[in-house]
Amino acid sequence: MKFWISAAVLLAAATASALLVKNEYFFFAAYTVLMFVVLATAWNILGGYAGYVNFGTPAFFGLGAYTAAVLFKAFALPLVLQILAAAAMSGLLGLAAGLLTLRLRGIFFAIATIALVVIMETLFINWRYAGGATGLQLLRPPPTAPFESYIKMLFVLMGVMAVGAVALARWIERSWIGRGLRAIRDNEEAAECSGVPTLRLKVFACVLSGALMGAAGAPMPMYLSFIEPASTFNLNYAIGALASPMIGGTAHYLGPVIGALLLSSLQQLVTVTISSEMNVLIVGVLLVVFVVLAPDGIVGLLRKWTKRFSR
Amino acid sequence: MTNVWRIWFSAAALAAAGLAALPVLAQQPIKVGMSMPQTGTLGAGGKAALVALRMWVEDVNAKGGLLGRKVELIAYDDQTNPALTPAIYTKLLDVDKVDLLIAPYGTVPTAPIMPLVKQRGLLLMGNFSFQVNHTVKHDMWFNNAPWNDAASWFTGYFEAGQKAGVKTIAFLAADQEFAQNLANGAKELAKKGGLKTVYEQNYPPATTDFSSLIRAIRAAKPDAVFVASYPNDSVAIVRAVNEIGVGADVKIFGGGMVGLQFTPIMTSLGSLLNGVVNYNSYVPGMNYPGIEEFLQRYAKKAAEEKVDPLGFYLPPFNYAIGQMLEQAVNATKSLDHKKLADYLRKNEMKTIVGPIRYGPEGEWANARVVQAQFRGVADKDMEQFRKAGKQVVLYPDAYKTGEFIAPFEKARK
Amino acid sequence: MRRGDPAPHFFGEPMFLSLELLYEAVIFGILLGCFYAAVSIGLSVAFGLLDVPHVAHPAVMVFGAYCTWQLSSLGMDPILAGLALMPPFFLLGMALYRFYYEAFERRGSDAGVRGIAFFFGVALIIEVGLVLLFGVDQRTVEASYVGSSVSFGEMRIPQRFLVACGVALVLMATLTLYLSKTFTGRAIKAVAQDEPALRLMGADPVRIKQWAFGIATAVAALAGALLIIIGPVEPTLDRVYIGRTFSVVVLAGLGSMTGTIAAGLILGISESIVLMLFGASWAPAVSFGLLLLVLGVRPQGLFGR
Repeated sequence: MKFWISAAVLLAAATASALLVKNEYFFFAAYTVLMFVVLATAWNILGGYAGYVNFGTPAFFGLGAYTAAVLFKAFALPLVLQILAAAAMSGLLGLAAGLLTLRLRGIFFAIATIALVVIMETLFINWRYAGGATGLQLLRPPPTAPFESYIKMLFVLMGVMAVGAVALARWIERSWIGRGLRAIRDNEEAAECSGVPTLRLKVFACVLSGALMGAAGAPMPMYLSFIEPASTFNLNYAIGALASPMIGGTAHYLGPVIGALLLSSLQQLVTVTISSEMNVLIVGVLLVVFVVLAPDGIVGLLRKWTKRFSR
Repeated sequence: MTNVWRIWFSAAALAAAGLAALPVLAQQPIKVGMSMPQTGTLGAGGKAALVALRMWVEDVNAKGGLLGRKVELIAYDDQTNPALTPAIYTKLLDVDKVDLLIAPYGTVPTAPIMPLVKQRGLLLMGNFSFQVNHTVKHDMWFNNAPWNDAASWFTGYFEAGQKAGVKTIAFLAADQEFAQNLANGAKELAKKGGLKTVYEQNYPPATTDFSSLIRAIRAAKPDAVFVASYPNDSVAIVRAVNEIGVGADVKIFGGGMVGLQFTPIMTSLGSLLNGVVNYNSYVPGMNYPGIEEFLQRYAKKAAEEKVDPLGFYLPPFNYAIGQMLEQAVNATKSLDHKKLADYLRKNEMKTIVGPIRYGPEGEWANARVVQAQFRGVADKDMEQFRKAGKQVVLYPDAYKTGEFIAPFEKARK
Repeated sequence: MRRGDPAPHFFGEPMFLSLELLYEAVIFGILLGCFYAAVSIGLSVAFGLLDVPHVAHPAVMVFGAYCTWQLSSLGMDPILAGLALMPPFFLLGMALYRFYYEAFERRGSDAGVRGIAFFFGVALIIEVGLVLLFGVDQRTVEASYVGSSVSFGEMRIPQRFLVACGVALVLMATLTLYLSKTFTGRAIKAVAQDEPALRLMGADPVRIKQWAFGIATAVAALAGALLIIIGPVEPTLDRVYIGRTFSVVVLAGLGSMTGTIAAGLILGISESIVLMLFGASWAPAVSFGLLLLVLGVRPQGLFGR
């Protein structure tokens, strides 16, 4: 109950700010932060709960973005339908990729996900209708009332998606699916022997993760009014989606949220004040530091400290 | 007592005078914002262009600024990466709150921001891009470049080829906005002109090795090879052609290779350039009023900043963008984008690259693209380019300095 | 085909299938393949033998390429520069392995997963470090063999490919001999096959692994020199090579040195033929496609243990 009340309050605050605050750039940056909350939460379902670290985020995200862009170009489909279609496509990709690669262990799976990203990128480089390597310029439709600017509308939309994604992750974590995934993470062979349907659970996690990432990618073409393969399928999305849960904590549904809020906001700040290279460096360093020193992430650290103080 | 009062009175008077002057001093400068590729494939050109723009800002401020206010240029580096420009221009508009916008140099970084400026109804001064407005059709777009459509570019190349009896043609183009716009236009013109296409290939912009592409072109045995490429690829292609050879049948090679106009690239390629027919915007010998004096001043500044010291290709045109903005603002006495756009649309402006008048799509009404052939270029010598002669102008007739030598292999000697 | 015949079309673009082109593509593929094998052999040791999820290997190689550029701009020949870089990179590799071991392998079960993330972070730091130090622009080296070509009849082969191929073959031969003939080399192979047995025989597996990782990193330095001889480098070049090196290592079969050469050749020739048939826009997917194919059909590779 606490969760839903806080979620409602946050959404109300977001909508209010969208209607009252004037400066557009705040929403431009905040959209990216919220988008990474969704990506990190989605990644964590497969990467954190099940322990299958992967770099495949750009493949699902990019497929979602391009599905939306192509549907918009061909049929002028409204945004909500674009998002649903994108989620469906990326979910399908998750199904196919999962069935093909989830039998591989550890690093092979991770490299196979990079392969997936490059292959998707190559497919879209060669599809002229979607713009090829040149890219597509897109003209946005006017924003729906009561929002006066498209970016503010996207901001609230992404806020809704973020709440939805976190709610979904929370539900999974607490259900028998979550327990199964944790068993897989701890020791897959033992889980298999105890009767956990490991392949089905892993594939389910992959499908759900992919679908969420696709949904997060769908508004991207409208956000930039432009889409092209190299930046859409860029491994930088994999970095953000992976680093946020690793920093925030992979065992709890709030871990990716904390990680994404901190990391992405820091990145936005650094990009505006220093440079965009510096922000990638910061992510890399933070990732290495947390992975080495604080493997349970910020949530883990908080738990340790509260335990210490409650004695 | 009286003395004290006198002192107080003078102090008050001074203070009042100071306060009256304060509005002038505290007046916000007019901010002109842009992103300029200073690194990445267009970086060498972009840095030179930026020097010219800063020169214009200095010149304008020395004359008292615009509308009585100082002009300030805010320029970020977009690394020739189209993914960065939407964010940069959003930041310029919403964080830096600029008054006027100039586009980045080049088609590829400019393409992504066209929908943005159209949606917000803003004036954008184009900077050497090619047909970047043809889908969005923004009516407040004014591109400063000596071409307008593909014909303005391809005609010179085509006519030189015709004189040498060219019947078949091969196309090699990068898969990016500029090269695709140009190659598509050129292909149509080639078809209309009766040439048969025997080979066409688009390559991903990041391609670094062209050995197999050049081999494939050679196997197709074309009479003409038309290339549309950006600096990194142009250099790699010229090197590959020298390493592997494009075939003895080829009569004319080149056409739309960006980068072969940048002085550092011309100097480093040296004799590898001989025989290539390529476009340019200015070669020594073309007389525009004011350009010689500008190039001399530019050369000094460029030497300080360690940038292209000759500055033939972009700097004069970037300075001219500044001049056009200056004329529009002074004539309309406002910074309102609609009024400025109306002025630019209706008037002919005088600049150091000659008089400029715009057509309905925001491109030059009268093109002035030069097609020239590199001849007798020596290695590692920058000064040779300062005088006329190393780039023999083939087209247009008004500036022609020599005849085209074919075939390609013969012209390389 | 004669001039004037309508050109055949594939995927909408005229295509040229001539025996001569195919022949040239294969030759080119062989040269490139030797280069890919040399680039991957370091990973064969680090990942194939030592089981370290070293996704940062291509990034280390690109770092080696930049160091080569730096030395070459001071006048040194690129290959000599590559050789000169091997000792410092060897030490770097040993240090990196030590850190990895202390942070991950010691601590047990979760290690694999976090190890991958760690090396990914390292690769990222190297990439950005290179951008901050050298900028995003491409860098090339100049040497007498860069830019000129050798003629074999009608075919002209750029000398830089011949040089890179030659050095690559020497490197691989040396490494293979080292691993099979010297005491430390065989100890490295032993540690991969049966670590407890080795320990019982009195050797310290951690020190041996450290030594092996150092060698792998030194080899990466020389591979970096070859990389910048073959073509221009820029900081994000490692991403393309992650696919190539892993597909070679997996296709070869983990731990097989001779397999690496064969796998490298297969990759080189496939890439070259795809380039010829379908064009440059499909070539990047070849290495990854090959990887997925191998993982799906025969995960132990050609010569796997």
